[in-house]
Amino acid sequence: MISRRNFCKKSLLIAGGMSIPLAALELFDPKRLLAEKPDGKKTRWVFLVDTHKCVGCGFCVKGCKTENEVPYDANVTRTWVERYVITKDEKTHIDSPKGARDGFEDSRIDIGEGRFEEIRNEDIDKAFFVPKLCNQCDNPPCVQVCPVGATYQTADGVVLVDRSWCIGCGYCVMGCPYGVRFFHPVYHVAEKCNFCYHRISKGMKTACVEACAFGARRIGNIRDPNDPVTKIIMTERVNVLKEEYGTTPQVFYLGLTKEVK
Amino acid sequence: MKSHVWRPLYVVLLIIGAVLVARKILVPSDFGIGARGYMYGWHRPSNEEQWKEVKVKYRTAEYCKECHKEKYDEIKQSPHANINCENCHGPALGHPDDPKTLPIDRRRELCARCHFRLEYPTSGRGHIRGIDPKTHNPGLECVTCHWPHDPRKAGHAPAKSAAATPRSWGGSLSASQASGRTNEARRGAHDIA
Amino acid sequence: MVHGEVWTVKEFFTYPNEYIYWTIQIVMYPFMTGLVAGAFVLSSLYHVFNVKELKGIARFSLVFSFALLPVAMLPLMLHLQQPQRGIEVMMTPHFTSAIAAFGIVFSTYGMIVASELWFVYRKHFVEEALKFRAIGERSLGQHLAHLLFSALTLGAYDVSHEALEADERAVKKLAGAGIPVACFLHGYAGFIFGSVKANALWMTPLMPVIFICSAVVSGIALCMLTYIITMEIRKFLAQRLKQKYPQLPSAEELKSAETHVVQMTAKYLLIFLVAAITLELLDLIFRGYTAMKTWDILRNVIYHRDFVNIFVIQYGCGNLLAFMVFLKPGLTVRRAAFGSCLVLLGVFMMRWNVVIGGQAFSSSLSGFMHYHMPIWPDDLETFKEGLFGALTVAIVPFVLFYIINKVMPVFKDTH
Repeated sequence: MISRRNFCKKSLLIAGGMSIPLAALELFDPKRLLAEKPDGKKTRWVFLVDTHKCVGCGFCVKGCKTENEVPYDANVTRTWVERYVITKDEKTHIDSPKGARDGFEDSRIDIGEGRFEEIRNEDIDKAFFVPKLCNQCDNPPCVQVCPVGATYQTADGVVLVDRSWCIGCGYCVMGCPYGVRFFHPVYHVAEKCNFCYHRISKGMKTACVEACAFGARRIGNIRDPNDPVTKIIMTERVNVLKEEYGTTPQVFYLGLTKEVK
Repeated sequence: MKSHVWRPLYVVLLIIGAVLVARKILVPSDFGIGARGYMYGWHRPSNEEQWKEVKVKYRTAEYCKECHKEKYDEIKQSPHANINCENCHGPALGHPDDPKTLPIDRRRELCARCHFRLEYPTSGRGHIRGIDPKTHNPGLECVTCHWPHDPRKAGHAPAKSAAATPRSWGGSLSASQASGRTNEARRGAHDIA
Repeated sequence: MVHGEVWTVKEFFTYPNEYIYWTIQIVMYPFMTGLVAGAFVLSSLYHVFNVKELKGIARFSLVFSFALLPVAMLPLMLHLQQPQRGIEVMMTPHFTSAIAAFGIVFSTYGMIVASELWFVYRKHFVEEALKFRAIGERSLGQHLAHLLFSALTLGAYDVSHEALEADERAVKKLAGAGIPVACFLHGYAGFIFGSVKANALWMTPLMPVIFICSAVVSGIALCMLTYIITMEIRKFLAQRLKQKYPQLPSAEELKSAETHVVQMTAKYLLIFLVAAITLELLDLIFRGYTAMKTWDILRNVIYHRDFVNIFVIQYGCGNLLAFMVFLKPGLTVRRAAFGSCLVLLGVFMMRWNVVIGGQAFSSSLSGFMHYHMPIWPDDLETFKEGLFGALTVAIVPFVLFYIINKVMPVFKDTH
């Protein structure tokens, strides 16, 4: 007769073992594990932002919305520009009216709820613009927290969202430290900048890079040592956003200062 | 006697079996671990191709150049050289088949994106000459006095007085220079040669 | 308006895409799963640890835990932008995500509770099935009842002494196995928040433990409250029907049994309440002491914007006042009911302060977001993610409990 201990052991084993979806067994496929090694890849997309050159015209935001079919009037955007005005009293004033979709039409800082803050020109110590977009991190926390595998990273480093699979839970939106993700107002799934994957895969540049008349935005391939963007990243003093989170972002900034959030 | 305690377990196994069958039907067959491993690459690979097939809207100035070489050359030797045609004219899409013409955005807000004067010395913005749209000829289209393809040249309307003449790079234009642009420079928007 | 825009008011600098995406339904979800876990633990205290005084409430809380299970899924279904794809969590779970654990943990827990209930009520199913089978000419209702109970027996009609003892042993094992699973069910909910490094308020290893402790607290409190209310109904009915059915227990008998059960249960409630408050205060003190970069804005949210929500309602009413109510000697049933209400309020506010509080500040650490919960549903979105959606989730378990009680009566054999 089966003992109590064996009864427990056996039933737990069977129940536990059977409850693992068969797909999870793929985890232990040695061929797949080998494929995980990050070497021999020909392309890894990286982005370079020069905050000295950005003038805050917002053509990049407009171009991105058009190219990627994000409704112009919707208050969400795949990329945006932030304005930083540091005044002599060491206060930092930041705004991004509608993501700078229409540029910066007011010298007053937009502080929300329809209120504005006047800044006198003589009080300005520093003022500059910082474009932001998805960092296509090497350790993307948004991909880590997707419960169903709707968002993922391609071999060339771009993080994409499968619109037909996303359940719209919003965990990836909460998981991104940079705030680049949002819900698409038409498709009702997660959405974010994808480096215009349909353009870069054809040898074109992203819409925002093309739209920028000042060379503040550039895209390149870090695995190509002859790429001008790669050369700058390797030789000049570049920085990344929120490095302490361990996400290893692949958007590099020239002129990033401590005030930038 | 004791065998009845297993019955709930059989029901459980039945349910698990049903879930696995449903999985076979509902989940696309190529769903699995990609190049970035299980943590970062758990997905349906066919989605990557779907993203690559998104329609390209902006064709860049190099595409416009094929038919609009004159305008292309004009703007490329002007201070507006780095501005993409489509920034102001919208995406080319299938032009000239569809759309047959591209809009010409003459709104003040378009120019004000760069030329609304902001005194930011530590930014590239501080180096762009500009005006305050609220006080500088409010309501008037910028192109009335300024030629966007070459801002050194005057706009559509001939300048009637020195006050209305935009300054050029070297000094003020003479009235004849301001009003009498050559026919070449004053090509209408619909000519493509 | 994009999703989240209608109920979010942004102040100072927030990233353009930031809105309050996780709203009242995400507050309800851990609240409901907490009740599930807590009710189960209460039931297991009797079945596993033989706390005999809890026998009266043990069966009650087990059934209630089962009634709460489908309701735990309801807030998620109402929140998802694509609810029809919710099943994908079972089909292609990405186990690096805490939410993916939902599929496995939820199903495992559901199966354990269902199995345990089967063993507890098997004798009742057999009796009912045989009773309906004995009726020669069955009406439609009786026919359906016969089918239902026959199916529920799973063909095991043996109600001999040995068989029933086998049932009890199985219940004990399942109740024992179920405790860690119940803890997991709610611990993973805490992990969902605690592991989000992008959110300064959520990120702490204490979060899963805090959630488990407050879950048990809320489960016990809800069971105690519902038990008291149900007993009031029974006492009322007993007085009304005493003439007709003299075999029914008298109101006095019911009352004394009830007081005893309530006093025992309150003791366990207090133990877990102490644990929960200790951990929460520890987390707060640590944050203030280490004063990381995020402390400036967190301090503003905790001590200024959310002061009333946190210190007056959650800690004040839900913990301190509840403590005093339960600790004062001579606990009466009425006072226990009041204390349970306070505890439930406190636990709900804890979920609110974590979920909504965590979105009260921007990831830029330079701006704030105010949540204005939609009161009146203007459209589907403001219904699902507003007050009425939350009320729906709150009421459904009682409806389910009522229905399930018809098949698995909670007071048979115990009172």
